[in-house]
Amino acid sequence: MNKLGFLAVSTLTLLAAACSNQGPTDAASTPAAASTSPAPAASNKTIGLALSTQNNPFFVALKNGAQKEAAADGYTLTVVDAQDDPAKQISSVEDLIQKKVSVILLNPTDSSALAGAVKEANDAHIPVITLDRSVDGAQVVAHIASDNVVGGSEAAKFLIKALNNKGNVIELQGVPGTSAARDRGQGFDDEIKTSGLKIIAQQPANFDRAQGLSVTENLLQAHPDVQAIFAQNDEMALGAVRALDGAKRANVLVVGFDGTPDGIQAVKDGKIAAIVAQQPDMIGQLGVKNAKSVIDGEKVEAKIAVPLKLVTKDNAQ
Amino acid sequence: MTSRFSFGNGAALLQRLGSVIGLLLLIIALSVLSPDFLNAGNLLTVLRQVSINALIAFGMTFVILAGGIDLSVGAILAFTGAITAGVMAAGHGMALAIGVGLGLGLLLGVINGVLVSWGRVAPFIATLGTMTLLRGLTLSYTQGQPIGVSNSSFALLGDGYIAHLIPNPVVWMFLVFVICAFLLRGTVFGRHVFALGGNEEAARLSGVRINAMKLGVYGLSGLLSAFAGIVLTSRLYSAQATAGSGYELDAIAAVVLGGTSLAGGRGWLFGTLVGALLIGFLNNGLNLLGVSSFYQQVVKGAVILIAVLLDRRK
Repeated sequence: MNKLGFLAVSTLTLLAAACSNQGPTDAASTPAAASTSPAPAASNKTIGLALSTQNNPFFVALKNGAQKEAAADGYTLTVVDAQDDPAKQISSVEDLIQKKVSVILLNPTDSSALAGAVKEANDAHIPVITLDRSVDGAQVVAHIASDNVVGGSEAAKFLIKALNNKGNVIELQGVPGTSAARDRGQGFDDEIKTSGLKIIAQQPANFDRAQGLSVTENLLQAHPDVQAIFAQNDEMALGAVRALDGAKRANVLVVGFDGTPDGIQAVKDGKIAAIVAQQPDMIGQLGVKNAKSVIDGEKVEAKIAVPLKLVTKDNAQ
Repeated sequence: MTSRFSFGNGAALLQRLGSVIGLLLLIIALSVLSPDFLNAGNLLTVLRQVSINALIAFGMTFVILAGGIDLSVGAILAFTGAITAGVMAAGHGMALAIGVGLGLGLLLGVINGVLVSWGRVAPFIATLGTMTLLRGLTLSYTQGQPIGVSNSSFALLGDGYIAHLIPNPVVWMFLVFVICAFLLRGTVFGRHVFALGGNEEAARLSGVRINAMKLGVYGLSGLLSAFAGIVLTSRLYSAQATAGSGYELDAIAAVVLGGTSLAGGRGWLFGTLVGALLIGFLNNGLNLLGVSSFYQQVVKGAVILIAVLLDRRK
């Protein structure tokens, strides 16, 4: 490479820097920050958000919620994206530390790999708030996530009511050992135990649509007398819908979890009876809200549960 | 073998120094643009961030100089990292685990070499095959779950410091750089790498053992990928099932940005270090400037394209 090439590179860097002030993704936060608070003191009005990925509508919604909240009070939100690579996420957290943001909102790619990065932030006296997933073995000031146990029992309550407290249920479980699978299952199972419904089969389909399909096919063969299926996420619920279509069992109620666009569409189409929807935008919003409290020296709750919403045909949009 | 001596040629020297000048320009630009950029803490942070890519890219430099390509480096990193963590999780010591990991990396690299030499498979296809195969093996071995590492001395490999200041991965990076630079410039093996990539037929006629050389370069690439995998596993306190996805492309980008020709036979190892630093500073600087990650990819892609276009013009 020669000088010319690197002039071009430097120009590109400058261009990109310019883009960052006008780009569509930052449009929500920057103009407000620029117009309402001239030259905000970088050290106390900047919040860093380290996302696991933007290749998933859930986390994009989380980011948008955070940006809206930051813009409302003239805070600058710096968003970095790890593209689901924990090593890249450590690097981007380090970059936020070097940028001397006041608080880091961390949406970890993985619970086991980020402890080192959180410790580095703490060593630099930057408090960390985790979003959606937690970090094992490190100190954070708060953890903000949906209450999956409550969500599981919401799903159970819906089925108890819809089936008049009588009938057999199949449960499709998520990846064994993940906190989402554990908590959703626990909330659902505990609620069902005290009701007239009965769980006649439980099997993991690993949060996967194709596995949701094949596991449901097998279970329908083994247990024809079933009135409802609870899937611990929307993908498996959509797989179960395909299996029910194939078996011509349109009368079986399916309940999903998450509220993905595909899932919500299936609720509108009457294929899925209900979905316990997470509110990722609210996770982002509460993240920034609590970051502001931390900056202002107020105490925040160590564990903050984000409410879930039951989506049925009546309120799906 | 002209490339070995072209360093004395003024025009070639200027071209080579181009990447260094480029790096300096980038550093100056970022220092002006971001008040948080130019300080020892940030520079050391970037050095640590690039160390994994640099370790892989050093091996990749040998492969590319010899006229090949190795797409399996990220997959070897993930597989050897998982096995190393697995050996420790089974209750064995750290020395055995690292030995098994490094040995496995060397073996996998040599298998690539066998496919490319005696098997006469094009390097792109051969290493694409082993990459896919190893990704599958890693997922089935880990069951898609991270394997945690609790051995505290193992954690120092990737997470510790020398003199409370220099991160250990940076030390590994420079050590490996010195060893590899000597291998490339100071040994018969290194001379033959250039000869092989310059003109394979001419190299064969002048007595270079082509097949053995290929085992050597792919073996070295596998070994360094495994070492990178071990350092990364240590840094993450765990082996990740999908670790190293896309790392092969980062390594190739570092080699090419450093001025090594993808056609083989022409290039230098220092350029690869500079290339890795360029990518690292670009990532770091764009984050410090708050550039959206979508634009960051646009910038990085454009930088690579410019580098390759300039390489074509030479």
